[in-house]
Amino acid sequence: MTFDTEYFNIGYLDSLSYKDTFVHRLDPRVKLLVSFIFILCVVSFPRHEITGLMPFFIYPAFLLAAGDIPLNAIAKKIIFVSPFAVLIGIFNPLFDRDVIAAFYGIQITGGWLSFFSILVKFILTVSAMLLLVAVTSFPGLCESLERLRLPKAFVIQLLFLYRYLFVLLEEALRMMRAREARSFDGKGRDIKTFIKFISVLLIRTLERAERIYQAMLSRGFKGEIRMNRRYKPGIRDLLFTMISIAMFYAFRKYDIVNLVGNTLGGPLR
Amino acid sequence: MHMADALLSPAVGAGFWAGTLGAITYCSKKLKENTDEKIIPLMGVLGAFIFAAQMINFTIPGTGSSGHIGGGMLLSILLGHYAAFLVIASVLTIQALFFADGGLLALGSNIWNIGIYPCFIAYPLIYRTVVNSNKTSRTIIIASVLSVIAALELGAFSVALQTKLSGITELPFGTFLIVMLTIHLPIGIVEGIITAGVVNYIKTIRPDIIEGAGEVRPLSGGISFKKIVISFAALAVLTGGVFSLIASSRPDGLEWSIEQIYGKAELPDKRNPITKKLSEIQKRIAIMPDYNFPAKDKPAAGESASGLLGGIMVLVLIFFMGMVIKIIKKGRQKP
Repeated sequence: MTFDTEYFNIGYLDSLSYKDTFVHRLDPRVKLLVSFIFILCVVSFPRHEITGLMPFFIYPAFLLAAGDIPLNAIAKKIIFVSPFAVLIGIFNPLFDRDVIAAFYGIQITGGWLSFFSILVKFILTVSAMLLLVAVTSFPGLCESLERLRLPKAFVIQLLFLYRYLFVLLEEALRMMRAREARSFDGKGRDIKTFIKFISVLLIRTLERAERIYQAMLSRGFKGEIRMNRRYKPGIRDLLFTMISIAMFYAFRKYDIVNLVGNTLGGPLR
Repeated sequence: MHMADALLSPAVGAGFWAGTLGAITYCSKKLKENTDEKIIPLMGVLGAFIFAAQMINFTIPGTGSSGHIGGGMLLSILLGHYAAFLVIASVLTIQALFFADGGLLALGSNIWNIGIYPCFIAYPLIYRTVVNSNKTSRTIIIASVLSVIAALELGAFSVALQTKLSGITELPFGTFLIVMLTIHLPIGIVEGIITAGVVNYIKTIRPDIIEGAGEVRPLSGGISFKKIVISFAALAVLTGGVFSLIASSRPDGLEWSIEQIYGKAELPDKRNPITKKLSEIQKRIAIMPDYNFPAKDKPAAGESASGLLGGIMVLVLIFFMGMVIKIIKKGRQKP
């Protein structure tokens, strides 16, 4: 991914998170909690499981549909980050060649099953997290972290970082554009130039930090940053949490897929 | 390299989250105790700087491929290690959320792998010891290269360990570890050189920044040589213990990796064991082509016809549910 697309991607997810739908209005703490439980349930499946994971697609599907998030945006990101999981997982079919299942005469080895299981888990966990950010504004997430008793210094660091991220990315973007406009054929990318490039960016950053600090002082900063709390958990937050957790529990505990397959598949056979 | 949720078991993910949260709390407390408020905006903007710097690629000499920096050591040098750890943790959090690097569960492990080692081991124990009071550009280069390599290798070891402990992949621990350590060695050298280059450059233009960083926030009471030796010894025993514990379940993996470590240390040779292993497996399979292994674990639930059918049905149902929600929403918006 080039610098520009990465930069616009962050901005895009950010803009999605300010929509106004049912899931956007939920308390961020609730969404964080439910997403975390979702991920725990998904990764707790044994390594050869595939079909049991299928019902879990309901959660990302619900967030996509109810949150009015374009599927394309999420799918592209998932494909883009998949290489690491694929790279590590692809060794499973090579090392584990024990046939543990047969399907219409085709023998399936444990390695292939666990490889596909990794892929399904990967898609589920990554989409859950991207969607969490797409339906929750970042300041909202930070507010929930603070109310979940994470150290304030860390939460403030997150807020500050997010605020200046776009500013500094634009600064870097301008410098890179200048570099590209003055060099041909990938020149100017060697380590020596890179060091100076980064150093200049760093000095600009430090000077900016000093200006920001002075601006903060002149607005009454006394070492303490107050955060405003906007969310109040209501009845819909409670319902959302309870229904989701009950569903995840049922999917994890009972073999829903076989049940559906047997009842719906009966007449077909 | 970032860990992914799909490769972690809940216990390992939760364990490393606990460690990371502990470190975040500890650093926040330390920061509150003995630093001036000026550092708050500085940390935020430096985090954004590292974020931007990581997105600028440079060509790695000799290979033609491009890489980017991690920045943990640079932050430690500029900010002191407590603040640096919080900054790295925040950068990784935003990268996990917006770029899906790793995942929510894996974030704890990733902060651990990328943050703990440079901030709590490599910077205080190696960098500060080597640089000490004599801040010539040569000692800074030596110190940076050594400490960045140590931090990266420990992180790589940690990734291999987490993968092994989770048991999701079949990758033999020894092979994976050697591959990881080998990959991260040249990366460490390059990043060490870049870190030193930036520090030295800043030192000529704005000496106050580098000078200040060393003196304002000394390690509590300063650390003695004895302490360093003791911590290294403890670390060695710990790693050795964990190492042998894991290796015992795969004896040939350990034997093989020791042979690798003490035998030839040339890069092309590193590939051999994998191919050796692969051909071994191939041989085994060729001798018994139709051998049906008995089920090793319990047979995967529902890998039968009804399981497949059910899986497809469930996905179709979920798809329709999504469509219905969309249609209802559209219907509501129109009037």
